[in-house]
Amino acid sequence: MRKYLHVFAIGIQNTLVYRVNFLFRAAFGLIPLTGTLFVWRSIYGQKGEGASVGGYPIVVMVSYYLLVTVVDALTAVAEDDWQIAADIKDGNISQFLLKPLDYLTYRLSLYLSGRVIYTTVAMIPVSLFILYLRAFFLPPTDSPALFGFILSVILAGLLQFFIAYSMALLAFWVLDVSTFIFIQFAFEYIASGHLFPLDLLPPALATALRLTPYPYLCYFPVSVYLGRIQGPELIQGLAIQAAWVAAGYGLARWMWRRGIRKYSAVGG
Amino acid sequence: MKGSTMKSATRLLSLYGAMWRNSVTREMSFKVNFLLWIVVELLWFALQLAFMSVLYTHTDSIGGWSKWEVVLLVGCSNFIQQLFTAFFLTNLTEISEHIRTGRLDFMLLLPVNTRFLVSLRKVDLGAYVNAACALVVIGYAGHRLHLTPSAGQLIGFAVLCGAGLTVHYSLMFLLSGVAFWTVRAQGIVFGYYNLFNIARLPDSAFPRGAFKAFFTFGLPMLLVSNVPSKVLVGKLESPWEMALLIGMAAACFGVSEAFWRWSLRHYTSASS
Repeated sequence: MRKYLHVFAIGIQNTLVYRVNFLFRAAFGLIPLTGTLFVWRSIYGQKGEGASVGGYPIVVMVSYYLLVTVVDALTAVAEDDWQIAADIKDGNISQFLLKPLDYLTYRLSLYLSGRVIYTTVAMIPVSLFILYLRAFFLPPTDSPALFGFILSVILAGLLQFFIAYSMALLAFWVLDVSTFIFIQFAFEYIASGHLFPLDLLPPALATALRLTPYPYLCYFPVSVYLGRIQGPELIQGLAIQAAWVAAGYGLARWMWRRGIRKYSAVGG
Repeated sequence: MKGSTMKSATRLLSLYGAMWRNSVTREMSFKVNFLLWIVVELLWFALQLAFMSVLYTHTDSIGGWSKWEVVLLVGCSNFIQQLFTAFFLTNLTEISEHIRTGRLDFMLLLPVNTRFLVSLRKVDLGAYVNAACALVVIGYAGHRLHLTPSAGQLIGFAVLCGAGLTVHYSLMFLLSGVAFWTVRAQGIVFGYYNLFNIARLPDSAFPRGAFKAFFTFGLPMLLVSNVPSKVLVGKLESPWEMALLIGMAAACFGVSEAFWRWSLRHYTSASS
């Protein structure tokens, strides 16, 4: 455990170098968000006072998008998948096979350190933005909602990491994983509720998507915060989310074992 | 005088032809990858269209734009973005790398306009395919809107798309020029991608204010694909909108050229 704390500390120092990049990324990211919010405002404006779209009054809709931004800052993988793929391609993982260091835990420590720094930096522009829109930003419904939100964000982060890790391990079999990563990301972008709340989709499609792990990356934590998922539904949702995390962990371990057999240590 | 500009233009064209052939050779050595990249881009294009169609299941108009008008707008925005990718994107993201490794020094020594070389060295072939797909979407949306554009409208559309392309190119070139001072400029360059996202939204959805003014007269994202689309759909409120886009394109190009010259004057090689 101590050695991974050490990896975490090194990760913090390494990612601190990118703080200005992170700041730019977070600040630039607010531009399309502003665009989307203006479009929604225009849609609500036509409908008149007290209108709601898909069960979302405008305040809830704006809060939804702001919370998506927060969850994204807390959980998104930044460079982790590219780095893992590069480690495999360049033969860098050979040294981990020789050392008493578990590669998955090592990467997880680095992912966590990256998130700590990114969230800290991103908080500056994001919280200013939320402060500016405070009239449209709802507090958590109640304390179970807040507690459930925190728990589900942690699970979402783990799930996000295991998905990215497994995608990157494809580098054992294919030369360039970036296309696979981008294709996966495109699906994730829509199916996780990043682009709009899943309730806006035709009900059959929304139900089908709930059977995939994607909504648990973003839509689920945000809905918990907004009090749209409560009581037994919340417990059940958290259980399913935890099951997906376990499945992701299993997949990552399984792919690693298969990959290592195929691995030829190029350049190592 | 006229003869010599003609000559240099044909020389640049033949150079570009050579770079084209190089890129074809490069791409064809990874055929599956080449096809997969086209799929990736098509998927993101489909995603934008899906977003808009989901919005239109809950409303009939956004800022006075109907569903198929917005589809045409998204198509137009993607068309310009793909042309930008085809010609410039890879090259502009590599500028900071040229500076860091000192390769820019060699480029400066070659007997050709360095900006031309740096901007157009690599051709992204997949993007041509995607640009064609965007044209198909524009065509289909036009069909659903029962548009019968005149030759003038079509020429206007093409010219204004060119102006929009110039805006994207000049601004991104300007941003990548920041690499002369900080090597980590790539993050800033990728940040530009966020701006493409506003270019595909109908401008009339934005209320008057600082945001709209900045993205019209500062970084004219709300003009780039809105104005060409309006010409095609016949939504233009006044011909001044066309003049504004062309004027802004010229201004952006002028500023980027001035900045490039100024940067080169202050350039002290990284290597050697």
